[in-house]
This record gives sequence, C-alpha cells and structure tokens, in this order.
Amino acid sequence: MSEAQVVEQSAADVDEAGRRGSWLVLAGVLGAGVFGLLAVYLIGDRDPGLVTQAIATGILLGGVYALVSVGLTLIFGVLGIVNFAQGSMLTLAMYVVLTLVESTGMPVYVATVLAVPVMFGLGYVLQLTLLNKMTLSGSQEGPLLVTLGLSLLIVNVLLMVFSGRPKSVGTAIDGSLRVLGALLSWERVVAFLGAVAVTIILTTILRRTTFGLSIRAVASNPAGAALVGVNVGRVYGLTFGIGAACVAVAGGLMAPLVSLTPTVGEEFTILAFIIVVLGGLGNVFGAMIGGLLIGLVQTVGSLYLPGTGSLILVFGVFVLTLFLRPQGIFGGAR
Amino acid sequence: MSVTGQAAPPVGPSRPAWVRDRSARFQYTGLAILMAVLALLPYGLSDRGESVAVRSLIIAILAVGWNLMSGYGGLFSFGHAAFFGIGAYTDAYLVIAHGLSPWIAMVIGMVIAAVAGTVIAYLCLRYRLAGAYFALATFAFAQLFLLVVQNVDALGKTEGFNLKILPEESWWMMQFDSGSSSYVWIPAALLGLSLALVIGFSRSRTGQRVAAVRDDEVAAESLGIGVMKHRLIPVALSCMIAAVAGAYYTQYYFYVGPQQGFGAAVSIEAIVPAVIGGIGTVWGPVIGALVVGPLAELITELLRDPPGGLDFLQGLTGLDVAAYAVLLILIVRFMPRGIVGTLQRWRRR
Repeated sequence: MSEAQVVEQSAADVDEAGRRGSWLVLAGVLGAGVFGLLAVYLIGDRDPGLVTQAIATGILLGGVYALVSVGLTLIFGVLGIVNFAQGSMLTLAMYVVLTLVESTGMPVYVATVLAVPVMFGLGYVLQLTLLNKMTLSGSQEGPLLVTLGLSLLIVNVLLMVFSGRPKSVGTAIDGSLRVLGALLSWERVVAFLGAVAVTIILTTILRRTTFGLSIRAVASNPAGAALVGVNVGRVYGLTFGIGAACVAVAGGLMAPLVSLTPTVGEEFTILAFIIVVLGGLGNVFGAMIGGLLIGLVQTVGSLYLPGTGSLILVFGVFVLTLFLRPQGIFGGAR
Repeated sequence: MSVTGQAAPPVGPSRPAWVRDRSARFQYTGLAILMAVLALLPYGLSDRGESVAVRSLIIAILAVGWNLMSGYGGLFSFGHAAFFGIGAYTDAYLVIAHGLSPWIAMVIGMVIAAVAGTVIAYLCLRYRLAGAYFALATFAFAQLFLLVVQNVDALGKTEGFNLKILPEESWWMMQFDSGSSSYVWIPAALLGLSLALVIGFSRSRTGQRVAAVRDDEVAAESLGIGVMKHRLIPVALSCMIAAVAGAYYTQYYFYVGPQQGFGAAVSIEAIVPAVIGGIGTVWGPVIGALVVGPLAELITELLRDPPGGLDFLQGLTGLDVAAYAVLLILIVRFMPRGIVGTLQRWRRR
C-alpha cells in the first residue's frame, strides 16, 4: 500500500467517524427535543391542547424556515458568502406575488410559480454583475457588504413604492385540518408540504444531475472544477439564482399567512443564519432539521414568553450552539 | 476586500515615536486642524445645522470605533449596535436611577461594553469563526441584546428611558441650554480623543503586532505573538469607543429606546461610513461620516420641497436609506478601499 493510499484511507476513516459523530449529535439533539416537549406536557403547567397546537404549528412553520435557510446554506456552501439580503429577498418575492395577484386576480399559488423564474433571474443577474468578481477572488467581507446594501435598497425601494401600510394577498385556500386535536389551516399545511417538496427536488438535483455535480465540484474545489471545464462564474450565478428561487417559493407560500410590510422578511435573515449554523454551514439536510427545531422552539416557547420573548429562546439555542458545537449538527460531515 | 493599515516606519531609539515619525506628525497635525475647525463650527451653524453636525459626530465616533476592530483588527463586526446600546443604556440607567454624572456613567458603560465585546469575540474566535461567519455572529448577539432589552422591565421594555431635563446648565450633568455650543464641543472632543487613540495605537508596538496577527496569523504566531490576545485588544478598545458614542447619544437626545440603542440600523451606521471613507485608514470613518451624516438631512430637505421635474419624489419615505445603500454597493464594488484608501493609493504611485 503506497503512502498516498494510507493517507486516503485514514482520511476516509476520519470522515466516517465525523459522519457517525454527526448522527450521534443529531440523535442527542432530537432526544433532548422530545424530552423537552414531554417535560412541557407533563410539568409545563400549560393546557395539553395548546401544547399540541403549538407543536403542530411549530413543525409547519419550521418547514418554511427550512426552505429560506436551504437557499442561504446553498449559497454559503458553494460561493462561500453569506447572503445578508436573504430576508429582504423574501419580502421582495412576497411583493412580486402580491403585485401579480392584485393586477391579474390570479390565485396566490399560480403567482408563486410565476415569481420563481423572476427571482431566479434576479439572483443570477445580481451575482454576475455585482458579486462574481469578489466571490472569485475569495473575498468574504465584500459580498457581505454588497448584500447588506442590497437588503437596505430592497426594503427602502419597497417602502417608496408600496408605502409602509400593511397589505394582504387574501386567502389562498379556505378551511383547516384537524390532526390529533390541533387545528391546522390548509394554507399552513400547503406551505409546509411545498417547502418539503422543493427541498427534496433541490437535493435530488444536487445529487443526481450533471448540473448538480458541477455545483458540488465548484463547492469543493473551484480551481479544479475550472480545470476540467466547468464555468465557475456561471455556476456561481446559477447557485445564487437557485438560492433566490427558494426564497421565491417560501415567499409565495408564506404570503397568505402574514400581514405584508416592507420589513416583514428582515428577521428571516438572522433566523435563517441561526438555522444554518445549527444545521452545519453549507449542509442542506442540516438546514431542514435546524428549521424544524427553530420553528418548534419559537412556537412552544411562545407559550411561556409571549411577543418577541420566544425569539430570545431562539437566540439562546444559537449561543448554546456556539458554545457546544460551533460547527453545527452536521458540521463534521462536510 | 483587503484591509490595509498604514505601513510601519522603521523604529529607531530615543526620541518619542510621534516626533521621529513623519507620518505620525502629519496625522497629529491633521487632527489638530480638524479639532480647530470643529471648535469653530458652532459659530457658523444654525440650530438645525448644529443638530446635523452632532448627529454626524456621533456617527463618526461610532465608525472610528468600528474601524479599530474591523479595519485594524480584521474582525468584521456586524453588531456594533450591541456596544453602542450598552453605552447608551448604561448612561440612561445610571443617570436616571442613581443620579450619577454622565461622565462617570460613560466610563462605566465603556468598561461593560469592553467586557461584553471581549467575551463575544472570544467565544467566536475560540473556534476560529472568521469572516462572514464572525460578522453574522456579532449581528446575532446585537439582536439578542435588543430582544432582552425589549423584554426586561428594569430596562424600560419597548419604552426606553427619558432623561430628566435640569433647570440650569451643568457640565457635571452634561446638560446645557438647547443650541448651546457645548453640545458640539463635547462630541468633537470625544472624536478627537478616539482619533488620537487610533493614531497612537496603530503606531504602537501592540498595534504593529495586532496588524501582524490580522495579516498572517500563522506567521505572527511563529514569531511568538499571542494571537488571541492581539485579536482581543482592538475589540475591547473598539467597544469602548462605541459605548462613548452611545452614552453621548442618550445625553444629547435625552432619550434612548431599544431601536435607537440596539437596532440593526445602528450597526449599519457604524459600518457604512467606515466603508465609504476607507476601512483601516485613520481618516476614512470621519470622511465617511461627513458624507453619510448630512446625506439623510439633505434628502429630507429635497423631499420636502423637490426641484422641478422631481415632484413625484415628494413625501417619499425610504429614499435617504436607499441612496446610501446604492452608495455603499457602488463603493464596495468599484472602490473597495474607500475614498481615503483610493486617494492614498494614487499618491503613492
């Protein structure tokens, strides 16, 4: 066995160990989660019906959080930049949907499908014109500042065009579903299912197609990918476009659930970042698990801390993550 | 973006550094001129102009502080509101609840901010979180503080604090008649002290080590420089300066609320002037604040009474921030060294 093979072998072992470690951590986190929920039921001093309702809402909410975070983590994993405009792009997508609905009277979900290519194109163009030069030179702060500028620009242009008055896209589907005593509106269920479907489609594209292969190649070694004929700049553009398209889907699915103002998406930037850190930077599956966990923490936490109080718990989870496992649940497996 | 500091002049024995060092003499002379201009400023300004000047000075102090950590220290902070807010709230709380002098409250705020900043940075650095990851972690801490302040009774929840207006002027309580020149002189002096600290620091032995750690951590460590220590020193100094800006904010406006202290907009106000002026330069943040500070006022003025052809702009909110967002994007994209950095580069050619 040559030395190179030995090195490869031990690297694979380390990788394997890291992966096993990740699953252990995941099992630990899930165990703690289930234990926590049981504690809330048994000694939490809250009505069990309310708790069930909070858990169900939390899971559905978490699905949509996951979708926003998947876009962010994909962009981070491939381009190595944090898109600070993720939240305001979510808002922009909602306003695109609103405009389509108001001007043509089409159903919300049809408008969502139309918003996807719009946001994809926007993301692609933004990356190619504003960000690519900096991304290719490996700068982190430059793109962060540009996306910060974009975020401010989007919010304030929306404020100029639509004013700060809350708007509504109306209801998408009436009625609700009863599961184990919890009442779930169809809009939330559709949002969750849509988010899960998009995430699965995205994972499949990344794992099974040639295009997905080129994205993964660029993520792991841009110079090597360029050598074998991948157009790195274009892949960057497309990846940013996909990140924006994720947000478009999330925006359309969430639009019926919120009262729409230009700042409605802002907190999602930091929420998505926390979720991505929790799941492991650049890890799509981690972002999904992280999204569900954070959704649950927020809704179950709001049983005890009303208003913005439950967000403190979310940040508490973030600080704990930094303390205990800064690479996130799946950080070892990358 | 590459963050470049001043090149170090060769170090010789005897005479103090600032006499030996031509460029330091140049910097201190510039500082003296700036202070002279600022001292005369109240005589040439209307009340309105004075309030814009004070606002710009507060932004300048904050940006100078940010630049120390992010430009000289190389740790990009997206959450300087955390330390500005600590300064502002410490001042408000101690002055209102305990009747302390704002000067003392300011110093206590500086200490608390320095400790908080050092702990946060240490937490992040322990696992070598760098670049954008570090930036967003600091942003998350600022948001956490914002939420805590909004939910704690003793900190005024969403109401914030209002300072009591005293019947007579008092230097000790930092209160003067409205429109008094002292309201400009105090932040001008604080800005001067901060700039002197930056100039002295960047030329000190410690400052040189900090720059070495920023530029090449491994090389610096192999020369025996303590990496963690020299990463945390500029953080502590930077947080202190941000707290000073916050404390003066409370004193000048007689009010501080969660958004004014810990809001994301404050963090952005710390970053944008430094980026526009030039990260890692002494004068960049000041020049940037000179652009950003009056910009909002100019645009508000423009919107109140738009010139012909621009009537559609009347009464629009959001244009001021949109304008400086565009400015930010253009500067980062086409002039990443900022105004001062670009000028320096031309001069060297």
